[in-house]
Amino acid sequence: MENIFTGIAAYLKGLLVGAPPWRQTLAMGLLYLLGVLAFIFLNAIYLIYLERKVSAYMQQRLGPNRLGPRGLLQSVADAVKLLGKEDIIPRGADKWVFIIAPVIIFIPAVMVYAVIPFGKGMIPVDLNIGVFYFLAVASTTTIAILMGGWGANNKYALLGSMRCVAQMVSYEIPLTFSILGVIMLAGSLQTSQIVAAQEKIWYILLQPVAFLIYFIAATAEVNRAPFDLVEGEQEIIAGPYTEYTGMRYALFYLSEYANLVSVSALAVTLFLGGWHGPWLPSWLWFLIKVYIMIFIFMWVRWTFPRIRIDHLLGFNWKVLLPLSLANILVTGVGIKIYQLLTLGRW
Amino acid sequence: MAVAREDLQTQEIELNMGPQHPSTHGVYRALLTLDGEKVVKVENIVGYLHRGIEKLAEDRTYTQVIPYTDRLDYLAGMLNNLGYVQTVEKLMDIEVPERAEYLRIIMAELSRIASHLIMVASMALDVSGWTAWFPPFRERERILDLFEMTCGSRLTVSYMRIGGVAADIPPGFLSALEAFLDDLPQLIAEVNGLITGNEIFQARCRGVGKIDLETALAYGLTGPNLRACGLPFDLRKARPYGIYDRFEFDIPTLNNGDSYDRFVIRILEMEQSARIIRQAMAGLPDGPVMAKVPRVIKPPKGEVYHQIEGAKGILGFYLVSDGGNKPYRLHIHSPSFVNLGVLPKIAEGGNIQDFVVNLASIDIVLGEVDR
Repeated sequence: MENIFTGIAAYLKGLLVGAPPWRQTLAMGLLYLLGVLAFIFLNAIYLIYLERKVSAYMQQRLGPNRLGPRGLLQSVADAVKLLGKEDIIPRGADKWVFIIAPVIIFIPAVMVYAVIPFGKGMIPVDLNIGVFYFLAVASTTTIAILMGGWGANNKYALLGSMRCVAQMVSYEIPLTFSILGVIMLAGSLQTSQIVAAQEKIWYILLQPVAFLIYFIAATAEVNRAPFDLVEGEQEIIAGPYTEYTGMRYALFYLSEYANLVSVSALAVTLFLGGWHGPWLPSWLWFLIKVYIMIFIFMWVRWTFPRIRIDHLLGFNWKVLLPLSLANILVTGVGIKIYQLLTLGRW
Repeated sequence: MAVAREDLQTQEIELNMGPQHPSTHGVYRALLTLDGEKVVKVENIVGYLHRGIEKLAEDRTYTQVIPYTDRLDYLAGMLNNLGYVQTVEKLMDIEVPERAEYLRIIMAELSRIASHLIMVASMALDVSGWTAWFPPFRERERILDLFEMTCGSRLTVSYMRIGGVAADIPPGFLSALEAFLDDLPQLIAEVNGLITGNEIFQARCRGVGKIDLETALAYGLTGPNLRACGLPFDLRKARPYGIYDRFEFDIPTLNNGDSYDRFVIRILEMEQSARIIRQAMAGLPDGPVMAKVPRVIKPPKGEVYHQIEGAKGILGFYLVSDGGNKPYRLHIHSPSFVNLGVLPKIAEGGNIQDFVVNLASIDIVLGEVDR
């Protein structure tokens, strides 16, 4: 059970023995890409359903319960519906920008999964700058939303995308700084090393403040309530997504859920011990922990109202940033004291 | 304040909020002039729900006008009915039987609670507190069940008649009403825990849309909006109509005049309405529910103006009769229409998110604004 995925990969690699190295790398790369895409799509389909069920039960109602057993086929019905919608490009829209925006938002959503350790020995690409790669690629989501808002020729969309730029760019800083504490403890940017370093103790216990900052900043990065001003439905209809229909709209939503899973996966990797856990296969532990994180994200979304833009930015620059810097300071001092106590030297 | 440098230039944009918009509480349109996120100018554009009720009333008998009044503030139908029938009764000097008076009070206050529940839920929803929307609407369903039990309709009740009420309450009404009132404090605690005390909600609403008392009076605000500015003016105590002078209740008044106070005051008013209903239930006498009124209602020639404390403010009916069986002129002084006038003053200078909060806190119903 533990090695089911690594076993499949090894078998397929065995089939390629004798082929030139570039063909081997290409084939394995495509295989990993397929695996990641399958992971994203299956998760997104399930998460659309899960979000509706979780929100429903929190609001004392049932949620989807008609299509399929317990309403599980609701996502399928939604996908079919979206496929059948008319593809509208607004008059006066900046055509190419409008068309390409959903594609561009989906690309970084997939790319970040390259450095996530799904289980023991199950990283698509074990970069030695893994976390740095993750943050850098995730930042490019902003430009896609900006494109979506600008290209739509719609003032609501423009407002939404402006908010997005302000919010996402600002919240990247405490996000990065909170992760720095973990990196200082692990001594490496490589995600597999960070997971290996958590074999004895999870970093959430050593860096609780960093975890909290990460959680808040990640909620802002994926534009979920209480930081969903980008898509502030009560004010700017659907923000940058207002003019999108059918499959383009579906791509935005797919990437939103892909982002949710990826920040949860990163949280699990950095703070919750990655795939470590007794008895069950490593990838199953990973999945369980990711879903616990996702559930907490959803819990927060359906409880809190939306924050105002000036409070949002004020909170970021005046509270989260100093707090994350203080966390780095304390972590640094703590590491040195620990070294002094255990090794007898500074 | 649009900026211009040689290479950079910003521009104010004109944005139409409405008439189709998730949070304009009906078919209301606001033409906003925005400088980025900041609202520079607000222009109220109403009339999307104008149905000509006042003109239609000129061609209907006095009793036939009652269903039209349901559709004014459609979220508090009983109160509109009450205002209208009391106006005609004032003109005709009709005395309503005791049981009918008590039933009218119960229905009117239930309607007030229903309207305030909607305001509380909708304001929470407008700041994206999705979960907080459900408990008030869940409890409101119980009020609507009570209405349906009595007169067959949930919203467009047409329950009051000139001289009394249309029908007596069925058996089971009072026990259902008592159960609802017993559960109301729990609902209020739920709303307070989830939204009123929430820091994000308070940050969104405190200090937003502050109206001082002088401005409120200058703009003619009435109802909970005025009482949130510090003036304890409630028609039920100031110029009692019906049998309100027999009941003991407080007038909640708050001092800040901001959106948060306008939200909280409606929660407090619900508690007071519940108090009135309990007293009315306790004192409900037996007897007829309709006075001996002629079949064809023909008020004497003359004019009358009667005001009641509606859910949104002072609801007034001005009636001119020429002696016939149809009104010569009916004018409705709608509180929402007047309250809406203050929106440009408080919204200009804030940002869009504050505009939504301000609109929600003033609590308008387009049926009443447009008639």
